[in-house]
Amino acid sequence: MTEKSKFFSKRYKWLFWMIPLAVIYLWSIIGLSFSGIQASAGEVSQSIIYGLFHPDWAYVYDGSGEDLLSLIVQTLAIAFLGTFVSGILSIPFAFWAARGPIHKTLYWRSSSGKFVLVFIRTFPELVLAIMFIKAVGPGSFAGVLAVSIHSIGMLGKLFSEAIENMDLGVEEALVSAGGNKFDVLCLATLPTVMPEFMSFTLYRFEIAVRSASILGMVGAGGIGTPLLFAIQTRSWSRVGIILFGIIIMVTAIDWLSGVLRKKLV
Amino acid sequence: MNEIPKRTIIQKYHVRGILITVILSLLLIFSSIMTGVDWSEFFSNLGQFFALLGRMANPDWQYLNVVVQPIIETIQMALLGTTIGTAVAIPFAFLAARNLVKSLLVRGVTRFVLNLVRTLPDLLLAALFVAIVGIGPTAGVWTLAIFSFGMISKLFYETVETIEKGPIEALRAAGANKIQIIVFAVIPQVINNFISYFLYTFEINVRASTVLGYLGAGGIGVFLQRSLSSFRYDQTAVIIIAILIVVVIIDSLSNTLRERLL
Repeated sequence: MTEKSKFFSKRYKWLFWMIPLAVIYLWSIIGLSFSGIQASAGEVSQSIIYGLFHPDWAYVYDGSGEDLLSLIVQTLAIAFLGTFVSGILSIPFAFWAARGPIHKTLYWRSSSGKFVLVFIRTFPELVLAIMFIKAVGPGSFAGVLAVSIHSIGMLGKLFSEAIENMDLGVEEALVSAGGNKFDVLCLATLPTVMPEFMSFTLYRFEIAVRSASILGMVGAGGIGTPLLFAIQTRSWSRVGIILFGIIIMVTAIDWLSGVLRKKLV
Repeated sequence: MNEIPKRTIIQKYHVRGILITVILSLLLIFSSIMTGVDWSEFFSNLGQFFALLGRMANPDWQYLNVVVQPIIETIQMALLGTTIGTAVAIPFAFLAARNLVKSLLVRGVTRFVLNLVRTLPDLLLAALFVAIVGIGPTAGVWTLAIFSFGMISKLFYETVETIEKGPIEALRAAGANKIQIIVFAVIPQVINNFISYFLYTFEINVRASTVLGYLGAGGIGVFLQRSLSSFRYDQTAVIIIAILIVVVIIDSLSNTLRERLL
């Protein structure tokens, strides 16, 4: 190949990538049946914006236990309890899925663990919530169970990566000093990975707060139920105040967890 | 003289540890009361849960033919949504980057807006957009566009902030304007990271888009809702397996591409 043609092929390589890309995008645009935007779209978005600027302040607290504040606290409680339980449940899954440095032959063990975690991660949280509603009835307890099982997928993955990247010196020191397996686990492995585990759990708590606020849409407690109801009955000032509540709650929790995580690591 | 190091009272009586334990236990008790946790009910009804799982363990494979089309629709929704979101996010990412925009006001306002957008959960956006544009994949595409806009803009401006200053200064010294600096000094440094983050967001959107239809925003979620409300758990199982396969394929595809890029 001459210098010039080499230059040419290098320079215009991206063009060849453009062709499959264009085909994929065309396929998506043609494939989607854009039903067209309904006629009232402009009107509805106007009323939503109007609602956001004229929130229903009376809903914030009325002492009935069905107001914004108590439902926000309930949402936080679902997220907290769910994340706490899942943080404990994830630890055995993490050890199952972690690829050990010594047992190079035991790949099937960690691979099977990793697959189980992928499966849990992909299993839609909403479906899980509906299944738990069938078991314990509608309410926040179903939400707690859904969060605690679903979070295993992500926490288990993060935990197992923390174990894989762990500093092995402490373990070796304990083994050479005559510690048995239990000693090594309790005195070397767990203390080494604990700060990271806690940091990941806090991070997952942030995500759980978001998902707890929508689990109510299927009846699993929290702020989601009145939100969906308000959207369906088109009471936009109610929607506005709930959106405000969610935004403030999520921002506050993100900030708090950020501060705590900085202290941990 | 060697002295035994003295411990303060706080250290001696493990005040911090005890305090954290007490706070955690109080929070746990409080949230259990708040959420009405009832483990006895849970264990007595566990049979029902496993009966449900048992029905899901026998998938109705015939249903697979019905599922293929909406699954493809889901991927298309995710692709378009991510692309629209990314296109809108790029200018905002540059506006929010510390090393490009010196004005604290512009940066602060941009970051405030981006933070607001990021707090909204995906299903909430879906419920809003279904109310605005009506039931169908259009609502899903808009939802994913807003959702990925919030995520991508943050990932992008964090990348932009890590670039090297040299090329920017060289261009500025040669008299380039802001747009020229961005095109010739910033973009070449970040393009690979941008594509990698785009693929990552696409992965997340494929996962997210599978449930959006539950509220009427198109894709496989519509069928998920239909099968669940008609108690056809064997069909639900097929849908979940199909979602799993698609997610695994998309994940590994995007992982391979990202590894090649970086």
